[in-house]
Formats: sequence, C-alpha cells, structure tokens
Amino acid sequence: MISTPHVDWFALSPTLALLGAGAVCLLGAVLVPRRARRPFGATVCAFGFAGAIVAAALLYAFSAHGHGVIGDAIQRDRLGALAMMIVAGAGFLAVWVSATEPMSEDHISEYYALLAWAGAGMAFLTTASTLMTLFLGLEWFSISLYVLCAIDAKLAGSLEAGLKYLIVGGFGSAMLLFGSALVYGATGALRFGEIAHAVAVQGLSHDALLVTGLALVIGGLGFKASAAPFHMWTPDVYEGAPTPVTAFMSAATKTAALVLTLRVLVTAFPQEARLWTVAVAVLACASLAVGNLAALVQRGLKRMLAYSSISHAGFMLIAIAANNALGGRALLYYLVPYSAMSVGSFAVIAARERELNAPVTIENLAGFGWERPLLGISLSVFMLGFAGFPFTGGFVGKFYVFAAAYRHGWTWLVIVGVAATAVSLYYYLGVVRALFMRPSEELQLAPVAGGSPPPERLLQTAVTLALAVTVGSFFAVEPLIEGAKHAAGAIF
Amino acid sequence: MHWLSTALILLPVGAAVGIWILPLRPFAVGSTALLVALAEVALWIDSVARFDFSKPGLQLDQQTSWFSDLHVSYHVGLYGFSLWLVGMTVVVMAAAIAYAFWAGRDRPRAYYGLMLMLTGALVGVFVAQDLLLFYVFWEAMLIPLYVLVGVWGGAGRLRATLVFVIYTMAGSLLMLASIIVLGLSQGTFDLVGSGTNGSDWIFLGFAAAFAVKAPLFPLHAWLPEAYRESSPEVAAVLSGVVSKAAAYGFLRIAISKFPGPTSDFRIPILVLAGCGLIYGSLLAFRAPDLRGVIAYSSLAQLGLITFGLFAVNDLGINGAVLQMVNHGLISATLFLLAGGIERRAATGELARLGGMARGRPALATVLMTTGIIALAVPGSTAFAGEFAILAGVFRTGWAWAVVGCIAIVLAAMYMLRLISAVLHVAPGPSVSEAALDLRPAELGILVPLVACLLVLSAWPAAITDRSFGHSPTRALREVLR
Repeated sequence: MISTPHVDWFALSPTLALLGAGAVCLLGAVLVPRRARRPFGATVCAFGFAGAIVAAALLYAFSAHGHGVIGDAIQRDRLGALAMMIVAGAGFLAVWVSATEPMSEDHISEYYALLAWAGAGMAFLTTASTLMTLFLGLEWFSISLYVLCAIDAKLAGSLEAGLKYLIVGGFGSAMLLFGSALVYGATGALRFGEIAHAVAVQGLSHDALLVTGLALVIGGLGFKASAAPFHMWTPDVYEGAPTPVTAFMSAATKTAALVLTLRVLVTAFPQEARLWTVAVAVLACASLAVGNLAALVQRGLKRMLAYSSISHAGFMLIAIAANNALGGRALLYYLVPYSAMSVGSFAVIAARERELNAPVTIENLAGFGWERPLLGISLSVFMLGFAGFPFTGGFVGKFYVFAAAYRHGWTWLVIVGVAATAVSLYYYLGVVRALFMRPSEELQLAPVAGGSPPPERLLQTAVTLALAVTVGSFFAVEPLIEGAKHAAGAIF
Repeated sequence: MHWLSTALILLPVGAAVGIWILPLRPFAVGSTALLVALAEVALWIDSVARFDFSKPGLQLDQQTSWFSDLHVSYHVGLYGFSLWLVGMTVVVMAAAIAYAFWAGRDRPRAYYGLMLMLTGALVGVFVAQDLLLFYVFWEAMLIPLYVLVGVWGGAGRLRATLVFVIYTMAGSLLMLASIIVLGLSQGTFDLVGSGTNGSDWIFLGFAAAFAVKAPLFPLHAWLPEAYRESSPEVAAVLSGVVSKAAAYGFLRIAISKFPGPTSDFRIPILVLAGCGLIYGSLLAFRAPDLRGVIAYSSLAQLGLITFGLFAVNDLGINGAVLQMVNHGLISATLFLLAGGIERRAATGELARLGGMARGRPALATVLMTTGIIALAVPGSTAFAGEFAILAGVFRTGWAWAVVGCIAIVLAAMYMLRLISAVLHVAPGPSVSEAALDLRPAELGILVPLVACLLVLSAWPAAITDRSFGHSPTRALREVLR
C-alpha cells in the first residue's frame, strides 16, 4: 500500500484552473456547435488564465513563508507564485491575440485546450522542487507546445516548426534527464534541498559525476530558455509557428525556464556556485553575441524577434549568473515588461500578417505606423523597450540586471551587456524607422480584401494592455520590485 | 519641496500626451502647442521670480522615492545656472514651435506632441538631481529627436538619423555603465551631497556621453548631416539646446563629481576642445551652405565653452555658462533665419544666394544684428562670454588663450562671409525679386530671440552674477558635489 502524501490543493490551484479550462475547451469540441466553438474556446481559455492569475495572486499573498508541499515535490512560495502570474498573464494576452487569428475551425477547441495545458505545465514547472517534478513539468508544457506549433497544418512552415521543435526539444529534454540521472547518481537525492545537503555533507563539490550532471542540467534548461548555444531551434520555430503561439512561447516559456533555472541552481547547487555562475555568465555572453549579431541581418520580423529573444535570454542569464538577491529581483522584474513587450509585438505582427496575408518583413512594415497609429506606436514602444529606452520597463529591467552583475563584482559583464545593447539599437530602431519614416508608397502591396483593415478590437485590447504594462512598469517600479524582492527572498 | 520644477517638466509632457489622444484639428493642435510653450516660458519667469540668487544651493526642489532598494529617487531642483539654461531652453523651444506652426508641418498631432515631449525631456535634463533620472531624461530627448529628424527631415534623413543615434547611444550607454558603477559604489544615485569620486574610468564614461552629444572634436561626425537634414526648427533645437545639455553635463557631473580625474584629463580635453575650435571655425569658413556654416560654428563654439568649463576657475566657468545661453539663442536664431532664407530661395547654398538686403530691411537687420553678436563684437553678450572664457583659460596657460583668440578672429571671418554672401554682393541666381521680406509672424518669432540677446548684451551680469551664488569654484567645492 502506497501512502499518499497530503495534497495542498491551494498550492496547485493555478495549475488546476488551467487544467480545468483545458478540459472544458476539449469538451466543447464535441458538445458545442461548430460555429460557436471558437468564441467558446477563447472565452473558457481566457477565464482559465484569468483564474490562474487570481489564484496565483492569492497564493502569493498567503505564501509568505515558502515550504515544500505534496511530499516536498513542489515548493509553495512567492517565487513560484509570481512566476505563475507572469506566465498566466502572458497566456491571457495570447488568448486575446488568438481569438481573431484566421485559423481553420477543425482544431480550434484543441488549440485552446493545449494553450491552457501548456500554461498549466509552465505554472507547475515554476514550483518544481525535485528533479522528477522538474522533468515532468518541462515535458508537460513542451509536448503541448510541440503540437501547438504544428496545429495549423495549412500554414507554410508550421509543421516544420513543430517537427523541428520536437526533435531539438527532445534532445534538450534528454540532456536534462541524463543530467538529472547523473546528479541523482552522485548524491542519491532528488529534492533540490537534499541535493545541496548531500553535496555539502559528502564533500562532493568536485565530484566529476555531479559536475557533469550539473552541466547537462544547465544545458537542458538552456534549450528551453533558448540561450546560445542551445538556440538553434528558436528562429525556425518562432517563424513557423502560428503567431499567437509564438507570442505565448516567447514570453511564457522563457519565464518558466529561467525562473526554474534560478531556483534549481540556487537551491540545489549552492556549493557549485563558483562553477555555475561562470558557466551561466558564459551562456549569457554567447546569447548576447549570437542573438544581437544574427538579428542585425534579419529581414523577417518574426525571425528578428526570435534572435532578439535569444539576446534577452542573455540579459536575464546575467541576472542569474549574479547569484545574489539583487539578481533574483532583477530577473523577476525583467520578466514582467519583457513578457508584455514580447506578446505585444507578436500581436502587432499578427495584425499585420492578417492584413497582408504574407509574412511580415521590415520592408512591408513601411507606412504601417501611420495607417494604424495605435498598433504602430505600440510596436515602436515595444522595440524601444527591448532596446532599454526610458519610459518602458525594459530600461529599469536592464538597469537592475547590470546592477546585479556589478554587485557580484563583474563589471566586465556590465560592459558586455552595454555593448550588446548598443548593437541591438540598430535593428530595434530599424523597425521604428520602417514603421514611420518610410512612405507606404514604397510598398507595392495592397491589403488582402481591400478597404480598411478589420478593426480587431480584441487584438487591439491585448496590445493596449501590453503597452500599459510596458510603460506602467517603468513608473510603478516600487511595487513590482517589492513583489520581486519577496519572491526572490524565497530562495536567497 | 516645491512643485515648480516638476511643473516645468510635466506641463509640456502632459500637453504632448493630450495632443496625441485628443482628436484636435491641425490648427487647434498647432495653437495649443504654441500656447503651452508660452505658458512654459511664463512658468519659467515665475520660477525666476521665486528664485533666491544669493544662495548657491539647490532651490525649488522636490524629492520622492522612485525605487528605494537601490536609493533611486525622483529628485528635481534648480541651481542658478540651470535656471538660466532652462530659460534658454523654453525660449528656444517656444520659438521653434512657433516657427513650425507658422511654416506648417505634416501630421501636426505627431509633430507638436514630439516637440513638446522634447521640451519636457530637455528641461528634465537640466533639473534632474538624481543620476538615473538624469539618464532617463537624457535618453528621453533622443527619441523625439530621432523621429523629428527621421520623419520630417530632408532627403538624406534616414542616414543622418542612423549616424546620429548610433553615435549618441554609444556614448550614452557608456554613461549608463558609469552611472551604475558610481551609484552602487556610493550607495545612492542622488547627485546632491553624495561626494566626489576619483575613478578615471567612471569619469571617462560620463565624458564620452557628453563629448559625443556636444559634440567635441573628433566625435562630431554625426553633426553636419543631422543639422542639414533636419527641419530648421529642429536644427535650432539640436544646436541651440541639445548641445548645451552636454555642456551642462560636463559641469554638473563630470567636473563637480570628479575633481581628481578632471585635473588628470584636463589637458587632453582642452586639446580636443582647441582642435574643435580651430577646425570647426575653418570648416565653417569653407562650408558651401548656410546650415554648414552654422553647424560648424556650433562645433567651434562648443569647443570654446568646453575651454571655459575645463579652465575650472571662476572666470572660465562663469563665461562658459553665459556663452551657453548666448550660443543657444544665437544658433537658434540663425537656424530659424536660415530656414526663412531657404524658403525664399529654395536653397541654402551661399553661391546661389546674395543681395537679399535690397528691399528686405527687416531680414537684413535681424541677420546683421544676430551675426554681429555672434562674431562677438565688443559690447555684445557673446563678447562678454568669450572674454571671460579666454581670461579664465589664460590662467591655465597663455597658449590656450592664443588658440581662443585665433578662433575669435576666424569667427569674425565666417560670420562676415555668411552675412555678405546672403545680404550683400550681387543677387544670386536663386534669389528672385519677388522673394518677400520677413513676414510679421517671422518677426514675431525672431525679434524676441534677438531682444533676449540685446538685453544680455546690455546686462551680461544678469547671468554671470546670478549663476553660482558667490563664485563657481566655491559652489563646486561646497554645493555641487
């Protein structure tokens, strides 16, 4: 007879809300008339994400003292709760962007179900506190995303994206699993805290097995966070996947993967800090270099943003490499405006795609800013935010990241980050230039249907919300950083 | 705690947001923007009235915590010299907006919103008393400038904006690194009373940003194109006000917070300033068009101002502050005049201009007066500023004063060349008989600027005696660090 541990349902509530929403969406595939499936799925999914946000917020409020629950398989603390809020927020916006996406009706219910389940997997992952739940959460959301990437089979590149993501992602998962096995072999422990304890007690910090395992775990997580040199899948998948899925992935996957990286490195491998801080800093530099340099030559906007997301993984890895409370705070703060800007910019791309019925490139953005000022200005603000200009949260995020690196004593890393920012200006401002400074006459493309573009109120609302978060996080630094401080305080 | 400094920032920024959101008609937008710019001038006059010039310390200040864990705060306030720079800013911005309103610009809501945004950012740079806040405003002025030049500029605007942004951002980001290191090492980002620092590297990070924006030789590659491709009023703001933000940065941060590195790097900086002074003057003398002359003379003048600042004595710094205000007003007037001339002749090439004085007394008078002040005839405010700078820099070494004097001779040469090429000689091929004299509206914009210059000519002590309480060096020792 297996004795079941006590289950803290409250700690699981955000995950459960999303699981439930996904199940209802799937039921809709058989119970709801065909025409109503899309609004039904979108509504249920949106409520699921909204419920998850509320549940995570409550969880944050009532989890001032972090502790393991459900047999210590997951950690109930503010770090997880805050990350869940960011993931669910990104998902919530992604649903709004999806609602008017011209996808075929065949799999619309499955689409929303998978979206909710991917969110559930990520929410679960951010609280994982054993190597087992870590792998479970990772696969959970990855499998949902593999299917989501390939769901629009009529879209050129969608199947390819799904397959590529599956193969490369599978490789990453295998690496992670192998690394976990090695760590378990070296320490005989699965729980993060016990691993740290075993390393300290048994003096394993120079154990080859453990160090190899650690390296593989970092690599496996690097795949999910799309940090160089594990980034190869990112541009193709971001480009091929339906744009709302890309929007969700770029924000939520990164949040889940990076928060978990921080958690696992800080709580399970404190004795190895001398090693992994350097390793993560090297990954950060590689990501900054690869992401920024490759983005310079991209013409396709989705591809460019994919490389930009690699470079932002680099910035956030700087915060992790700092291995101090300020770094934790920097990471959690950074994720808020970053997620909003990511979802927002992909939403604008989705809108332009629908207008042109063609992939969006720098060239065919010409004049878009004047034609649709709200979307144009929003996209410009997101780009300026990515580039770290003031009046966006991107600025404060970068400032905190650099401050954390400096406090760790790594001024060189600050210089690398600053240099990377300087390079990134070229392509971010290139978008602003395309939007506003080139006349649309240069572009010999007419909107598909002719006449004025569809109003798309839902999408515009999502973009406006993302804009509000991007700009608002610049002014409301104090409450956000206070939240991030408590969250990071759970592990530091 | 006083609201005036904040109001000086918020009024234009709030108006900009209002213009963007409200669906006003083009005329209403332009007139609203102009009224707000004039209200901003009124606010400034109010703050002059409330300012106690006998005290060297920060006044009309306001401080609120922004994020407390790193001790960053919203801290704004005015010193005597920043008050004058703010005054120059609001006057020039009002003139620029009025000029744009008169000339008419496409997409007025976007245009005037950006101009007002720029006003707020520029005022913010001069009143910010927190390092990070200073950086925020410093960067914030780049965004409107980028769009203003990039959208409403001339044919080569895309290249010009690209070069401009890459240069200035490279400098700014080095400053950001310096700000982070300085702020975290001293435990606060506040500029007031946080003490001095001896690190050469941090100093160089700040100096790089200011040297690019000023610009100092040899970092001026962005200057000629940016000044040529932007519309006249934006060029007026770029050369009149934005460059002064850099000079202000040298004074408020580089010199006052880093006395050690300042004396270490004084000679190299003076050499660069001297090179810029001579080189800029020579190029101005050789430039084929109106904008080229004004642009390169701006490079030369910034060299002169840097001379004064890095003399680091009472005369030099007082002269530099006076000259900052002078040059701001002079180059704004000249650029707006150049805009007017270009409208009439459809070109700024000096070879195609000429003989415009005949039948156009108002144009001739305004250009002549500004030009004469610009070339620093004795009795003009520019003479007062340049004399003080040269006297100050003479104390550092006589050779510097010689360089400065040569440059003043060169200034006379290029200004007189400009005046005669436009006004005198035979009428150029592009100047038609029908080209009008300055219109009343243009006079309404230019005459106040010239009047400011004439008032300062009569009473330069208004600024030199009211910038630092008693003496600049004492203020540097006691108040500004």
